Amino acid sequence: MRDVAIVGSSQTKFGKLPKSNVELFAEAAIDAINKSGLSQKDIEALFLGTVFSDFEEGQVNMAGFGGAEIGLGNIPATRFEGACASATVAVRDAAMWVASGQFDIVLAGGTERAFTMGTPFATRTFAMGGDAKYEAVTGNTFPGAFAMAARLYAVNYDIPLDKLMEMLASVTIKNHKYGALNPLGQFYGKMGDLTVEKVLSGPRIAEPLGLYDCCPFSDGGSAVVITTAEIARELTDTPVYIVGTGQGSAGALFRQKDFTKPKSRVASARMALKMAGLSPSDIDVIELHDCFTPAEAIALEAMGFYDWGTAAKASDDGDTDIDGTYPTNISGGLIGKGHPVGATGAAQVHAICEQLRGEMPQGMQVDGPEIGMTDTLGGDFGTIAHIVLSLSKRRK
Amino acid sequence: MAEYILTAEDYYNGLRENKLMGLKCKSCGAVTCPPMKVCDTCGSEDLEVVQLSGKGTLRTFTVSRVPPEGFEAPYCPCIVETDEGPWVPGRLNVDADAATQDLIGKRVTATHYVLPADKYSAGEMVSALWSLEE
Ligand SMILES: [Zn+2]
Repeated sequence: MRDVAIVGSSQTKFGKLPKSNVELFAEAAIDAINKSGLSQKDIEALFLGTVFSDFEEGQVNMAGFGGAEIGLGNIPATRFEGACASATVAVRDAAMWVASGQFDIVLAGGTERAFTMGTPFATRTFAMGGDAKYEAVTGNTFPGAFAMAARLYAVNYDIPLDKLMEMLASVTIKNHKYGALNPLGQFYGKMGDLTVEKVLSGPRIAEPLGLYDCCPFSDGGSAVVITTAEIARELTDTPVYIVGTGQGSAGALFRQKDFTKPKSRVASARMALKMAGLSPSDIDVIELHDCFTPAEAIALEAMGFYDWGTAAKASDDGDTDIDGTYPTNISGGLIGKGHPVGATGAAQVHAICEQLRGEMPQGMQVDGPEIGMTDTLGGDFGTIAHIVLSLSKRRK
Repeated sequence: MAEYILTAEDYYNGLRENKLMGLKCKSCGAVTCPPMKVCDTCGSEDLEVVQLSGKGTLRTFTVSRVPPEGFEAPYCPCIVETDEGPWVPGRLNVDADAATQDLIGKRVTATHYVLPADKYSAGEMVSALWSLEE
């Protein structure tokens, strides 16, 4: 397997955007290609994450249109769909294809117009990421799944539910603090000063979760250019190496039983870290799937950063803030930056690339990180993928 | 042909008569419910159809306030650990506005409710409706 690196990455503004899915992807893709020093003719394949484009704008089969829109010619172009993890799976497969020697340069990314669907219909389509026959029939939603997780967590660790939600408020307060600083975030300049009282008194969505425990529906696009370590070194002094990737899967949420300890996420994170030859303590900066406040705590534990049942408190203690042990979602995360589901994974990778290169906007730069990790969740742990990124090549 | 001995449709039809149907594994003895092609515990295809007791313990739930299009809030999706082992989803038959954390661990019994077909389903669906034991 060849060493693989990212030489260009980008995301559009996230929010409510008057652009098509193809247009959102095209803006991010051209920006990523321009940053890489390559041109469209160098791209040998396109891997594109999109989830709900058929519901959003009556469009399936989008990869070809995305490639044609930016002049990639008649190269292989493939749509990836793993619910909210789609773009991470696209990036992971792109890295694998380059590592294998089949392609030298691949463009991976994603796009979504979820905001445009409106809340009732978006909620319906997102719920399709859970098991249709046995779960969607109950009318459960994604906030519902993580509301259930919060209740399980409270029981497992004998924490009063209101105390748990108070601790978890620190997740949304932190992520909105940085989201408000991010010019490309959905809530740029807004909600940077949430308080525990405000979070806990927000409109109820799926009890015990309120509005401020939830990420928004978002439109947005993202892209990364992936190539060999050899080509990367010719193009840039600061390639970001993809040193480890992992992916996991699971069936319906109820079959996973205690889903505060999601097995698919544990397996995927371990796979990525093992490939990288690293352990959780080596990771300097994290972008993870904070779709809801309990999700951030569960992810931090499943990835091995904290013992089971301790991440909510660690977050409340500030240990995941920019100067903590494990700076997490300093881009604003899904909660503060936005969650255009098909684009989210590549945008997380982009955020880690900027962190490692020291290019984050003011107030969002972690001090000198060398290794970062992304975590992206599709459905209720049905698809999950991790990427480990480093300024140094993989340890052999 | 490796045909199913209990399909989703069969599971729905059992629930229509308030019967919770599942599969018992002839290899490891574990029960799978709702049904799958293989044993959810060991992967064996050597299964027989069984009726569960329809009783269990509430493990978790939520109160849905912002429903998907086509649903009317509030209602309480839940997951129950059945006495036979499988965790089974459904709805909790309680006053949603009075549903609090102390419901978790309570004993429940299954009946059913029917969700009408719509544009985004493959037809009418049926799910367990869990009521607190007297
Ligand atoms: Zn078995």
